[in-house]
Amino acid sequence: MFDFVSFIPRAIVQGIPLLFGCTGETLTEKSGNLNLGLPGVMYVGGISGVIGAFLYEQSVGSAGVNGFLAVFIPLICCLLGSLLMGLLYCFLTVTLRANQNVTGLAMTTFGVGFGNFFGGSLIKLSGADVPSIALSATSACFKKSLPFASNLGWFGKIFLSYGFLAYVAVIIAFVCAYVLKRTKVGLHLRAVGESPNTADAAGINVNKYKYMATCIGCMIAGLGGLYYVMDYACGVWSNDAFGDRGWLALALVIFTIWKPNVAVFASILFGGLYILYLFIPTGMNLAVKELYKMLPYVVTIIVLVISSMRNKRENQPPASLGLAYFREER
Amino acid sequence: MNKQNKGPLVHIVKRAALPWYGSWGIRALAILLALVACALVTTVTTGENPIAVYAAMIDGAFGTVRKTWITFQNVAILLCISLAVTPAFRMRFWNIGAEGQTLIGCLATASCMILLADKVPNWLLICVMVVAAIVAGAVWGMIPAIFKAKWNTNETLFTLMMNYVATQLVAFFVIYWEVPKGAGKIGIINQSSELGWLPQLGNKYLLSIVVVAIVTVLMYLYLNYSKHGYEIAVVGESERTARYVGIKVEKVIVRTMVVSGAVCGLAGLLLVGGINHTVTTTIVGGRGFTAVMVSWLAKFNPIFMVFTSLLLVFLERGAGEIATDFGLNHSFGDILTGIILFFIIGCEFFINYKISFRKAAGKEE
Repeated sequence: MFDFVSFIPRAIVQGIPLLFGCTGETLTEKSGNLNLGLPGVMYVGGISGVIGAFLYEQSVGSAGVNGFLAVFIPLICCLLGSLLMGLLYCFLTVTLRANQNVTGLAMTTFGVGFGNFFGGSLIKLSGADVPSIALSATSACFKKSLPFASNLGWFGKIFLSYGFLAYVAVIIAFVCAYVLKRTKVGLHLRAVGESPNTADAAGINVNKYKYMATCIGCMIAGLGGLYYVMDYACGVWSNDAFGDRGWLALALVIFTIWKPNVAVFASILFGGLYILYLFIPTGMNLAVKELYKMLPYVVTIIVLVISSMRNKRENQPPASLGLAYFREER
Repeated sequence: MNKQNKGPLVHIVKRAALPWYGSWGIRALAILLALVACALVTTVTTGENPIAVYAAMIDGAFGTVRKTWITFQNVAILLCISLAVTPAFRMRFWNIGAEGQTLIGCLATASCMILLADKVPNWLLICVMVVAAIVAGAVWGMIPAIFKAKWNTNETLFTLMMNYVATQLVAFFVIYWEVPKGAGKIGIINQSSELGWLPQLGNKYLLSIVVVAIVTVLMYLYLNYSKHGYEIAVVGESERTARYVGIKVEKVIVRTMVVSGAVCGLAGLLLVGGINHTVTTTIVGGRGFTAVMVSWLAKFNPIFMVFTSLLLVFLERGAGEIATDFGLNHSFGDILTGIILFFIIGCEFFINYKISFRKAAGKEE
């Protein structure tokens, strides 16, 4: 019998970083910016949190860690790091009107390098006397779940066994979905992504919306990196461990046809697909497991193809996705 | 001073074409500034002397004869993949799936080497490898193109996903053919018999360099002096114009991506048959993404690409040397590469646009 009670929590834990990344990127893409630097942003978010937490733990010693500060400092560092990445992307693509694909790929190179460099050299640079970055005290604060969750059997395990960031991810996704769909700000933002010329003519400040959406999107995505390190990986940074989750988050954006509320469930599905190979009894045939890992990408391609074939207007990518806007260009 | 009739403080206008020395001057300035910024970052984060770091980089890329050969071999492979993506980019088809197209070429080559090694004579094996690699790459490039042509499916996202499908396919076959069982890798294929290894020209580095040099010239001619190249340029500039003058846009899209994928497959052939003699999931090593930047930095001109790929390979090789010399993490090179790219990307703005400040009142126009 397939073990759902242990499968679902693991799928959710896998899905949360994707959900953060996907929500952030959806917001960004709705403004017409295709940020291929998402993997880099998530790396920078993760490592910024790690640097903050590491310096804090070093300064107070792991016994004297204050629960509030242990969460607050990495959180702020993470948001700041990913905000800077977002500003960089906006400055290059919105203000300087650079090509978005090239800028994004350069940001991924930079961000992944940044993460791996500081992840690998933080100890040497700060002259600390520890063998590896293991932020167990900070991680414990991030992972703290409700105290009575473990008494509730399968219900507690499936719904209540996660750190607070997991719930934050879900809340942010629903808030984003609401803002995009039901508020004036969301309407303006979608207008900017669909047709910046029209939006500009209607008196919407296109550059402001692009900046805001991309920066906020990057900050949300950065939290995904933080969640991965602090909660999923128990505060242990290892280089390249984050892997291709950033790209998977990009795939998820397409899969959810630019709807954050769908992303809440789709991210769990993707998380499940990501670890499905661990639960499928394939015996000794390890090779087949590699084919299962292909599933999320194949599913995404199928969704992409079907949505373009059906050509329904509300399921299309924002019309000006990937294009820089210059008012004087006609 | 009258306070009305003020325009905005800065005003941005599109420039007419700059003379070539103007645009290259701006780019050179950007690279210079980037190197200064990199030096600052290096000093702040590591406390090393930046001059020593740059000296170590040059030493890492060109320090010995062997290092120089490897540098040029890496340039050749990166250049080959960059050339591959260029026709598609000229058509404004954002193919960021070169990684997967190359990888599938690698896989095709390796499978020929493994499956046919003892069954056919060596010359035939090599011919089969060449065909298999090129066809595999072409097919991998053609799939997104068909959907783009027929249903206008977003090609950036499609090709991106195809990379990971290719990676997992390779992962599958690596375990399927692993030697010895349980090792999780294939190891050097046909190590003793050297069956299916591409012949050497002089030394083991020269073959790929020569092949890519030929491809560079051919691609330059194809893009600039052939009917196909002209059609690509027209489709890239305006699809409507292309339709109006009777170019079959769908056909051009598919055909161009087949060319693109085929050259990627060729790069895969060189990687497996000529250089590594094995296949792993990371054999392409992100070059498919780097190639996008190489191609774009060179303004999609095959000849300039020689220099931009040299620049990026130099950074990568140099950074490897820094890592060992100063005991730093290997990824430091990625940070430097990123910074330099940001500067070059940013400087394009000053080539294409001109900033005019509001004139102070009373001054002449």
